[in-house]
Amino acid sequence: MAKDDNKLPISAQIQQQTSKLVDQTQGSQAWSSIFRPGSIFRKGYTDSPRNRSYVIMNSVLYHLHPVKVKRHAVKVSYTLCLGGISFFTFIVLTVTGIFLMFFYRPTAAQAWDDIFQLQSAVTFGLLIRNMHRWAAHLMVLSVFLHMARVFYHGAYKAPREFNWVIGVMLLQFTLLLSFTGYLLPWDQLALWAVTVGTNMMGYTPVFGQQVRFVLLGGVEIGTDTLLRWYVLHVLFLPFVTVIFMAIHFWRVRKDGGISGPL
Amino acid sequence: MTEIPEHLRKRAEEARAKASAAAEPAADAAPAADDAPQSEAASKIPAHLLERSRAAKAKSDGGAVEAAAPAAAAAGGGVATAVAAAPAAPAATGPGGHTQRLLTVVKSGSIQDVKAVPQDKVHTWPHLLIVEFVCALFVTAFLLIFSFFVNAPLLELANFNETPNPSKAPWYFLGLQELLTMFHPMVAGVTIPGIGLFLLILAPYIDRNPSMKPEDRKFAISLQTVHLMYWAVLTMIGSFFRGPGFNFIMPWSDGLFFEF
Repeated sequence: MAKDDNKLPISAQIQQQTSKLVDQTQGSQAWSSIFRPGSIFRKGYTDSPRNRSYVIMNSVLYHLHPVKVKRHAVKVSYTLCLGGISFFTFIVLTVTGIFLMFFYRPTAAQAWDDIFQLQSAVTFGLLIRNMHRWAAHLMVLSVFLHMARVFYHGAYKAPREFNWVIGVMLLQFTLLLSFTGYLLPWDQLALWAVTVGTNMMGYTPVFGQQVRFVLLGGVEIGTDTLLRWYVLHVLFLPFVTVIFMAIHFWRVRKDGGISGPL
Repeated sequence: MTEIPEHLRKRAEEARAKASAAAEPAADAAPAADDAPQSEAASKIPAHLLERSRAAKAKSDGGAVEAAAPAAAAAGGGVATAVAAAPAAPAATGPGGHTQRLLTVVKSGSIQDVKAVPQDKVHTWPHLLIVEFVCALFVTAFLLIFSFFVNAPLLELANFNETPNPSKAPWYFLGLQELLTMFHPMVAGVTIPGIGLFLLILAPYIDRNPSMKPEDRKFAISLQTVHLMYWAVLTMIGSFFRGPGFNFIMPWSDGLFFEF
């Protein structure tokens, strides 16, 4: 037998080995767990109601969307995509923010120089920083408009009352995310804008000065403030925001999808 | 006409189909039961059970005849039939061999409050996902192009000894800073925004009007519009109409004192 195999031409042997390898791979557990039964990656995609359902059911999108949605829900004129834009800007901000973190050290001595270096010496540094800045302002705007849209559609009414509460919390987290990021460039704009903002905070009755002290890491804005706001900006607030967003999206489906036409 | 829910209708249809399928062999089997082994085989009833029931039927028939004969001899015929009927009663069947009677059909609408009305739905893929994808593309394109042409501000290094004039908060807080010119800082910076946010959170619990139609919610909509306009105007005054010393200026004559 072995001799017969050896007598086969090289191309046939390669073909044999290849087909054996393909069979092995496609029969393996890893393969069948990735290309699950019903997956369009397994059978190819032809346009049928069944495959349209599978696109959602066999992907992570099933966490976000049901297989079918109300017809009016896909009309751009109804929601203006504002909630989606808010979520998408959050993703853009996360991606560009991670890029910025590679080049930034949150100390009073280094922060401004790092940003300056980023803009002048890092490939795409200026562009990515611009995108981060403008996406942040766009997110504040779109979250605000999303809230207005939901109010004018009366979409906060039963059964969506609690999701409205979550939404107002998310609006506040958005403002806090933007405000904590404002200090990080450590330029005149950042320093004095945050001074004005935190002075206002200090007037909270009873515990105002204590809250201000904890947030500033001292009685005045300084390098400790920078570190604190950096951690709040890149870890704590995004973490809390993601949790609230998960609840927000889950409740949208739980409460029967987006609200009905007026 | 009341709508029968989809799943109940399907279940009923299935049951009906099953019943009619079962009835046909049974109907065949009934007349031919005595000497038709092939139709017996076709029916689902095991052979030994059929055998037993046939034996029981024969016995009861025979018993009735046996009972009737001495009874008729002893007393009147009327009593005899009653006695004869008694043992046969459990096996009695109605016309067509039914052992049950249908009393009434109650439609689901009269006893259940069916809320699930069929809705006009479309597949998420492609109808919704395409819209979302295009929207994401537009936002990305807008951000890229805007970022390409407009740079984020980076002023000179923070300097504690040099206070810029005017010092302004980020734009979304400029409404609050504008309030500072009118009220005590505690009122402007804490009380008013605090109450505003609190009321906003409570909106669904305050507004108990179930209607979502704009014509039914004139008060809520006017209140919200006034509220939003109030903040928008304050923010715009704070952003564009405040110059050095936070004094009122006209942006077209005195210039813009505003940084994003």
